[in-house]
Amino acid sequence: MLALHWKNALALQLNRRSGGEMSNYRIQGATGEWEVVIGLEVHAQVTSEAKLFSSSSTQFGAEPNTQVSLIDAAMPGMLPVPNQECIRQAVRTGMAINAQINKYSRFDRKNYFYADLPQGYQISQLYHPIVGEGELLIEADEKAGLPEDKVIGIERIHVEQDAGKLMHDQHPTMSYVDLNRCGVALMEIVSRPDMTSPAEAGAYLAKLRSILRYVGSCDGNMDQGSMRADVNVSVRRPGEELGTRTETKNVNSVRFVMQVVEVEAQRQVDLIEDGGTVVQETRLFDPTSGTTRSMRSKEDAHDYRYFPDPDLLPVELDDAFLEDCKASLPELPDAKRARYIEKLGLSVYNARELTAEVETFGRFETLLAETAKILGKDESALATQVANWSLSIAPGVLKSLGDEANPAYSTAEAQAKILKMQDAGEISGGQAKEIYEIVLKTGRDAEEIAEAEGLKQVSDTGAIEAKIDEVLAANQDKVEQYRGGKDKLFGFFVGQTMKAMQGKGNPAVVNELLKQKLG
Amino acid sequence: MTELTELGIKAIREGVKAGDFSAREVAEGFNANIASAEALNAFITATPDHALKAADAVDAARAKGEELGSMAGVPIGVKDLFATQGVQTSAASHILEGFKPEYESTVSRKLWEAGAGMLGKLNLDQFAMGSSNESSYFGEVVSPWRKQGSDAKLAPGGSSGGSSAAVAARLAPAATGTDTGGSIRQPAAFTGITGIKPTYGRCSRWGIVAFASSLDQAGPMAKDVTDCAIMLEAMAGFDPKDSTSLDLPVPDWEAALSSDLTGKKIGIPKEYRMDGLAADVAKAWDDGIQWLKDAGAEVVDISLPHTKYALASYYIIAPAEASSNLARYDGVRYGLRDLPEGANLQDMYAATRAAGFGDEVKRRILIGTYVLSAGFYDAYYTQAQKVRTLVQRDFMSAFEQCDVILAPTAPTAAFALGEKTGDPLEMYMGDVFSVPASLAGLPAMSVPSGLNADGLPLGLQIIGKPFDEQGVLNAGLALEERAGFTAKPQKWW
Repeated sequence: MLALHWKNALALQLNRRSGGEMSNYRIQGATGEWEVVIGLEVHAQVTSEAKLFSSSSTQFGAEPNTQVSLIDAAMPGMLPVPNQECIRQAVRTGMAINAQINKYSRFDRKNYFYADLPQGYQISQLYHPIVGEGELLIEADEKAGLPEDKVIGIERIHVEQDAGKLMHDQHPTMSYVDLNRCGVALMEIVSRPDMTSPAEAGAYLAKLRSILRYVGSCDGNMDQGSMRADVNVSVRRPGEELGTRTETKNVNSVRFVMQVVEVEAQRQVDLIEDGGTVVQETRLFDPTSGTTRSMRSKEDAHDYRYFPDPDLLPVELDDAFLEDCKASLPELPDAKRARYIEKLGLSVYNARELTAEVETFGRFETLLAETAKILGKDESALATQVANWSLSIAPGVLKSLGDEANPAYSTAEAQAKILKMQDAGEISGGQAKEIYEIVLKTGRDAEEIAEAEGLKQVSDTGAIEAKIDEVLAANQDKVEQYRGGKDKLFGFFVGQTMKAMQGKGNPAVVNELLKQKLG
Repeated sequence: MTELTELGIKAIREGVKAGDFSAREVAEGFNANIASAEALNAFITATPDHALKAADAVDAARAKGEELGSMAGVPIGVKDLFATQGVQTSAASHILEGFKPEYESTVSRKLWEAGAGMLGKLNLDQFAMGSSNESSYFGEVVSPWRKQGSDAKLAPGGSSGGSSAAVAARLAPAATGTDTGGSIRQPAAFTGITGIKPTYGRCSRWGIVAFASSLDQAGPMAKDVTDCAIMLEAMAGFDPKDSTSLDLPVPDWEAALSSDLTGKKIGIPKEYRMDGLAADVAKAWDDGIQWLKDAGAEVVDISLPHTKYALASYYIIAPAEASSNLARYDGVRYGLRDLPEGANLQDMYAATRAAGFGDEVKRRILIGTYVLSAGFYDAYYTQAQKVRTLVQRDFMSAFEQCDVILAPTAPTAAFALGEKTGDPLEMYMGDVFSVPASLAGLPAMSVPSGLNADGLPLGLQIIGKPFDEQGVLNAGLALEERAGFTAKPQKWW
């Protein structure tokens, strides 16, 4: 089979460890310690205008059965035609996880009867998926229970049709079916069983979601079902053979995935320790009770009778198409994070926080560019200041104002002006917040606010010196003590001087002058 | 003047164009023949008004001096497997009884655009599964032919048995057929008409009720080779709605027709001289060889060594695909729904499909489901696909030595209705010569060669290289000219 392997141009200068090693996470059973082994199958809805094999719209939330073509309803004689955009998005996603892209892939039919499946089969890819082996890095995050970076293997990504939806609450004895979702393109992203703790499973899903959203191949809206995970969990004694796994279907949040791992692993441990055996089965998660329950066991599993779909030709990708896909990829989270750390000098924490979400880094990069422009400085010289502003100061102000704030006023230009004044020492951090508050409420110009509202620091040495003299005169005893070696009192003098200046003194100037006066 | 219903496509088109008669007169003539031929049961639904309306449009266009299409004024029959907008499309099944699609199949749409009109929807084996037209829910079609001195009812062939009977009995000058394992060629041979299955992908499958997707191909069934060329041209062409459709221009087959085979090589496959080949069929084959030599061709012996496995492979692949293709008939959205009191979803599926499908369809769904099942898939389906590849390779190497292949269409002349219904395997054996070309996706045609001692027609098959319909048609024309087949069934209905 023809295959390509894509490698990221930017090597990560991060501490990586390969998948498969065990985390410290252990379940303490009555008879000893247990390890957990986790694999995730994530279904991600492909961002596309039309369905995988028909031209119907994929818009979420439309009236039932208003987005159904003759093909979706499986009318006699209807034929599927692959949507190139869905193929393209799957390939781009594969490239984003450094995966092997299969230049030859094909669609298979998975046969079973259900009322939400008009064809009587789902068109999927069993034998020749479009994307092969890839990998995904989850970063160390001590607080989240991730002591080290870890690479999680991804076995494959294949493309398939979603099913429709049954509605059981419309009639006392009948079920209704809504085919709007039927035929929408999904990517099934299958991980290796490389995760060994709830934290790793959560981090994997969050990172995958982040990558999909960077790439633009899935909107990642888990509450709308655009992304959902089947969670495979088994337990074993440390170092022993893999245990029997269960698969908990359609878990739709990062938090729930972590919860499923936790409760399902505990359930299995309790079961085994009570003398029972884990059966391979499909389970459902009930978020209300926080438990999983059996849906069907392997014995009554379907025989899906997979075979190549004779209505469709194999998907054969040429080099030009692959080059186009590659060229269309944005800077991806790992590369961006590395660049933030190496080129912009950001802390690991800031880099991680900023790169997690598309919206966050988008705002940060715009603001950084704007600030650098008006200050005429290099981005790297301002990055930390802008990062702190973007990550904690600005969101804090926005949050404290609640409904009073109009986020539309929070332009990059307005914020850059505030950062510029702060950088020039014209305003203090506190004043920056106050000015931003007024901007958010009124949309007035930041510089005009600073002038009109007197929100500027005093850097005039004469004015500061006068206040310092007053403070020192009023605290002669403490001046003596300081000079006698009680260095800690320096802070007291700074505080008193700032208080006398109603907080408007430039702290750097105040410090400098105090040091001179106190000798 | 010759009776209009004796005319074929070309003669009608030319006559209408010249003003010798009107398209309406032609349609009226065939409508009348259909109305008086209920004993043949060739049509499931007659649509005389559709034919008249199309004819009137052609007459009006002619009166205005507009250019007329290649099928202008020609009313045709449509196998009831093609979706026709607003007209019941049943696939001869109970499960689709009453189903009137809101869409028109690509092939029928193209025919209407070329100026043809629809006389009605033709009977067939249910879901095109059968070789005798006895599996139709709407009753068997009776061949217009009879053995000399006998009034036993004969099979018109299948699955396009309504199409073959209608053309042979002058109920239509031509009809659409579909061919999965021989469903155009074998009924054409049984009824003394001409039919061609083009290269897989030539005609769009969009809007044709699927039997076995990797094998199904539409094609024309008509009085002679020229008419087939004209009609195939109107039916063929790339269709973006069918992923397996060939993205190639449609040649002007009619204009390039030539029965001069000088320089051509005709392959005679030795494996087709098998047990069960009727003596009269073998004799007809020998005649065919002489005729092609006479037309200037050189005859070469070829070998298609995997022929003996082709039939078995076909009867795994076709049912496998069918078992999946027919899953959509579940009573949920259209067609028959059998919902017993207190039934759940599974019960509804079971009741609907039990009532809606005939025995032959059920048999093939069961076979198909079995061969795709876990544990059997590799032994049956995968193995059958390997055989299919070998059969294709046989043809490809044979075509290094010859341009077209000549063989019988079927091992015997038409058999009596009921003669083979007790033994499905015996029925399947009748497809032995037609199935290999289907597995290889090759163009193949049946041309009448003469009558046997019982006075029944026999057919000769020409198999060509992929995309070389022209080579097939030309060899067919050479046979046709030399066979001089003019026999027609005596009207008894």
